[in-house]
Amino acid sequence: MNKVLLGSESKRSDWILLVAFSIVVLLGPYILAPFGAGYPDLLQRFAIFGIFAIGFNILLGLTGYLSFGHAAFLGVGSYTAVWSFKLLSMNPILALFFAMLLAGVFAVAIGYICLRRAGIYFAILTLAFAQMSYNLAYSVLTPITNGETGLQLSQQDPRAIDALFGRDYGAALPVSDLFGIEMTGYPGFYFCGVILIIAFYISIRIFRSPFGMKLRAIKSNQNRLNYVGINTKPYMLVAFVISGMYAGLAGGLMAVTDPLAGAERMQWTASGEVVLMTILGGAGTLLGPVLGAGIIKYFENIFSAFNEALLMETFSFLPAGLQETLVAVLSLFVGKGWHLTLGIVFMLIVIFLPGGLMEGFRRLVNLFTRPPDQGKSERAPAAQAQPAE
Amino acid sequence: MTKKTLSRRTVLKAGAGTTAFALAGSGPFHFIRDAWAQDYRNAPTGSTVTLGFNVPQTGPYADEGADELRALKLAAKHLNGEGDGGMLNTFVYKNGEKTALDGNGINGKKVEFVTGDTQTKSDAARASAKRMIEADGVVMVTGGSSSGVAVAVQGLCQEMGVIFMSGLTHSNDTTGKDKRRNGFRHFFNSYMSGAALGPVLANAYGTDRVAYHLTADYNWGYTTEESVKQFTEAQGWETAAAVRTPLGAGDFSQYITPVLNSDADVLVLNHYGKDMVNSLTQAVQFGLLDKQVNGKQFQVVVPLYSRLMAQGAGDAVKGIYGSTNWHWSLDDEGSKAFVKSFGQEYGFPPSQAAHTCYVQALLYADACQRAGTFRPCAVVEELEDFEFDGLGNGPTLYRGADHQCFKDVLVVKGKENPESEFDVLEVVEVTPVEKVTYDPEIFGGQLGPCNDGV
Repeated sequence: MNKVLLGSESKRSDWILLVAFSIVVLLGPYILAPFGAGYPDLLQRFAIFGIFAIGFNILLGLTGYLSFGHAAFLGVGSYTAVWSFKLLSMNPILALFFAMLLAGVFAVAIGYICLRRAGIYFAILTLAFAQMSYNLAYSVLTPITNGETGLQLSQQDPRAIDALFGRDYGAALPVSDLFGIEMTGYPGFYFCGVILIIAFYISIRIFRSPFGMKLRAIKSNQNRLNYVGINTKPYMLVAFVISGMYAGLAGGLMAVTDPLAGAERMQWTASGEVVLMTILGGAGTLLGPVLGAGIIKYFENIFSAFNEALLMETFSFLPAGLQETLVAVLSLFVGKGWHLTLGIVFMLIVIFLPGGLMEGFRRLVNLFTRPPDQGKSERAPAAQAQPAE
Repeated sequence: MTKKTLSRRTVLKAGAGTTAFALAGSGPFHFIRDAWAQDYRNAPTGSTVTLGFNVPQTGPYADEGADELRALKLAAKHLNGEGDGGMLNTFVYKNGEKTALDGNGINGKKVEFVTGDTQTKSDAARASAKRMIEADGVVMVTGGSSSGVAVAVQGLCQEMGVIFMSGLTHSNDTTGKDKRRNGFRHFFNSYMSGAALGPVLANAYGTDRVAYHLTADYNWGYTTEESVKQFTEAQGWETAAAVRTPLGAGDFSQYITPVLNSDADVLVLNHYGKDMVNSLTQAVQFGLLDKQVNGKQFQVVVPLYSRLMAQGAGDAVKGIYGSTNWHWSLDDEGSKAFVKSFGQEYGFPPSQAAHTCYVQALLYADACQRAGTFRPCAVVEELEDFEFDGLGNGPTLYRGADHQCFKDVLVVKGKENPESEFDVLEVVEVTPVEKVTYDPEIFGGQLGPCNDGV
């Protein structure tokens, strides 16, 4: 098992990792129920943002390029999917296909321009593109995006393909359905979950492929690669497009489980969020981004929901004075203060575990399975995985 | 390390694996089976009923959100018979009969609530509302600030089959083109603001004015600009220009300079929140109010006022006209009762956001009490074309055709000599409801059928 967690590159450990991952994902509703997170909407969000972060990790973790504009692709995917619902059919497969396609086209255009620069200049360029996309969606392109209100389905939509097959959704607004299975609640989660597993598998294949090695080489020393005669540009562009399509897929899935697309999905804070997810979990590791996505979404949805009344109830076994003091202190960190807690967690992880949560796991595993003197030498390669770029 | 990325064998294996997962994925359908046991979503089974208070706790409208939450907590308290009862004592029906609410919860069930943070983003707001519906089992969601959020959450509540009682949302769309059968709005809208302001402005400033609009570049800004234009032009005003400004611009000086060079003599600021505070303060600093154009004193108008914003703008609001849904200085019985119990609880007067959320909670509770159930379709039926009084705005109609409340609209002016930090606005005219009522067809949209969620 430790080999699996340490990211050992044998075929067998990859399969174990994939199977274990699949089991955890598919049993998600049972595993997360004790933490208050076992309800469909949050589970869907875990899966969707997991996909987003896995894709982002191919660019940040593997290639070492920090993009601050990936939310733009998420937004493009969402808008495309909703338009596919409106114009063609409520089938999610069709919507996801177009979402990935259009996000890919966007990624080619943006990547082609942004990848002319590296480091902070690349980050700023992508940020600028994302902010432009946000403003376009928020006001300029209102006829396409419906501005601030967000793009919604309506009873008057043509839905050409559905109409062709004589599908009628009645007077109520339709929900997306996969050949008769409605994509809400648990079926919606399992649809996202299966796609997450496929996305995870593809990411393993990319990590282990010669293409993945080239991306790693780009991260470690691009000059050297150029000197030995390798043109790195096409590889970087492909990595950028792949991660953009992952983002488009995630955006499309958001629209599948909840057919509405809003502009704030493309805001720069949303781009920053996926960076945080990847770094929190461990950039460059297979599992890390998914873990990071889970933690951030958990804080956003569960910690923000705690209020003083709830805390009072929780600590009702304490004497009154102590109870009130404790609640007064704790309420700073929950409810509207959830950002504070998230900030502290992020700070602690970056300071003490620069490689993210996965480095924590690695240290734990080393602690229990290696003799102490060997453990020290094992830490050196772990430290290399820092996402300093 | 493997040499080949994909062999035929791996592809086959992957295919087999995927199929297995897909099959496994279709297994857990037993999860949704239980939903069919109830005849509507989240039917409360125990001795309590849970309501969802979904307000912005972080982000640009956090001030309004905090005030909404205070009011909603107060409403829950009053419904459970704690405190002094607030507007429960003044709430009457059309025939003068007192409300069916008796301080014993709703339908004999104690009111509990869960809270969430909308962050003023439709995604976050929907996620939070979904948590309330799926995990906490709420029968009603209320709150919100910003029309985009309100429309998004209203759509969600329609799809999931719970009632949405919107809080602060002023765009025409909420009960216009995006209206839904399960959603209701007590707050007024841009159209009513325009209809109320038009005649008052013509009275105060004359009928031969030229207006220059600065408009927040999003949906709410557009509808407000459109309505104010429509009604001022009907009074004989001209519109020199309407310029869109980015949301959250912070600095509006580049937009205000051209106003000085145009022949306009009125500036209309279709801004809200911090934007309004900034643009108004800058307009005053630029000396617009001291200017003479075409032999007339230059004026500034703010179509949607809120006390929280007026406080933020400080001295700049003095003498400036605008409209508001409700103000704490009103002296009808309902307003007095609400201001008193809110003041006792929190030590300052409530804002209009707090008022509208409190009223929405009471209206929902009352409809459930009269229906004798929490079933959404039954509640919808009770609220449609419901007439009531004593909730601070005079006699009010919940119009069935679009779920919009119709009541008198207040035209207010920044007070010249405020007596306290909260005493910043004075009511100059109460525009009667007949003058702001419109045909429900003009904004398009359809209510659709109501949804019980099963």
